[in-house]
Amino acid sequence: MSIGWYLAVSAIIFGIGTAGVLTRRNPLIILMCLELMLNAGNLALVAFSRMYGNEAGQIFALIVIVVAACEVTVGLGLLVAISRRKLPIDVDKLRELNG
Amino acid sequence: MSQVLFFIAAIGALVAAGAVVLLRNAFYSVLALVAHLVCLAVLFMLLRAEFVAAAQVVIYAGAVMVLYVFVVAYIGGSEEVTAGSGMLRIIGPLFALALAVELLIALLGSGLAGISGKGAVYHTGFGTPAHIGKLFLVNYLFPFEVASLLLLVAAVGAVVLARRHHGALDLSPELEALATEPRPEFTGTTAEGVGVRRVYRQLEAASERVTRISESGGVLEPDDAGESTGATVPAAAGVSAGAVTSPSQDAAAGTHDAEGER
Repeated sequence: MSIGWYLAVSAIIFGIGTAGVLTRRNPLIILMCLELMLNAGNLALVAFSRMYGNEAGQIFALIVIVVAACEVTVGLGLLVAISRRKLPIDVDKLRELNG
Repeated sequence: MSQVLFFIAAIGALVAAGAVVLLRNAFYSVLALVAHLVCLAVLFMLLRAEFVAAAQVVIYAGAVMVLYVFVVAYIGGSEEVTAGSGMLRIIGPLFALALAVELLIALLGSGLAGISGKGAVYHTGFGTPAHIGKLFLVNYLFPFEVASLLLLVAAVGAVVLARRHHGALDLSPELEALATEPRPEFTGTTAEGVGVRRVYRQLEAASERVTRISESGGVLEPDDAGESTGATVPAAAGVSAGAVTSPSQDAAAGTHDAEGER
């Protein structure tokens, strides 16, 4: 398959992730949709890496995986703290930053 | 063959991504995300990024998704609380669609010669762990180290965020009473783990027996000898031998020994 197909899939997945981040209200689902967007970026990076025959794109993709893992760790920690304080799990109601 | 595999994996990835967004139950969303990540790993394999595909399956579909499942179980499959504000509900998907179309135009209409091709000439070893590892440790050592530091900071941050802020006192009343109640000696300590408590009890029993023997006039009772076990046998025998001569002093010495073990 030509590289263009992979890039098209990547763009569509990014769009789906964006739609999820904008419409869903559960922070857990929003984190997962962010994962979708990061993975779409990864797919584009690996596709370009294949296109140029240069492995730097794959290195970039691996670093993105690491950063995504960190983001998930902190995000889920926040979520556990929110649920422990009996706050609503809803980004529309979590408007204030006071603890 | 690779075309069939591409279409299976691509359609699987797109359907699973849609399922992540559309499913109402958070647990099913997590499962859909796992399916999506596995499909993406297949696409990575088709792009000859073997190590990235393996890392995707091991780190994402393995470790990160387990974290998600645990948090979903902890929070409970909370249904969507609000339907969201009306405007965003309509504009959000439209904006996402516009973004996807724009990305498609930008990527496919970029005029890059390689986009319609199948990629550069494949060299043996492209994307293998050996090549990636060499690149990480030679050309990209600094990003590699920064990534490890970032992981450390994230781990510490997650622990700080998720811990209880007032120790164990943030509990229900009965648990709180249990937590503040003075616990029996040695429980929950290393001393208990290595058996100091058991030795202490044996020494206590031995000194008690010495007191009893000295009170009864130095006669060793047979069932007491049977009771004493293991390491305490020589100590108890030594103490009781001394107890015949000077009863009160040695009883005191036995207690002192027990204190020393503590």
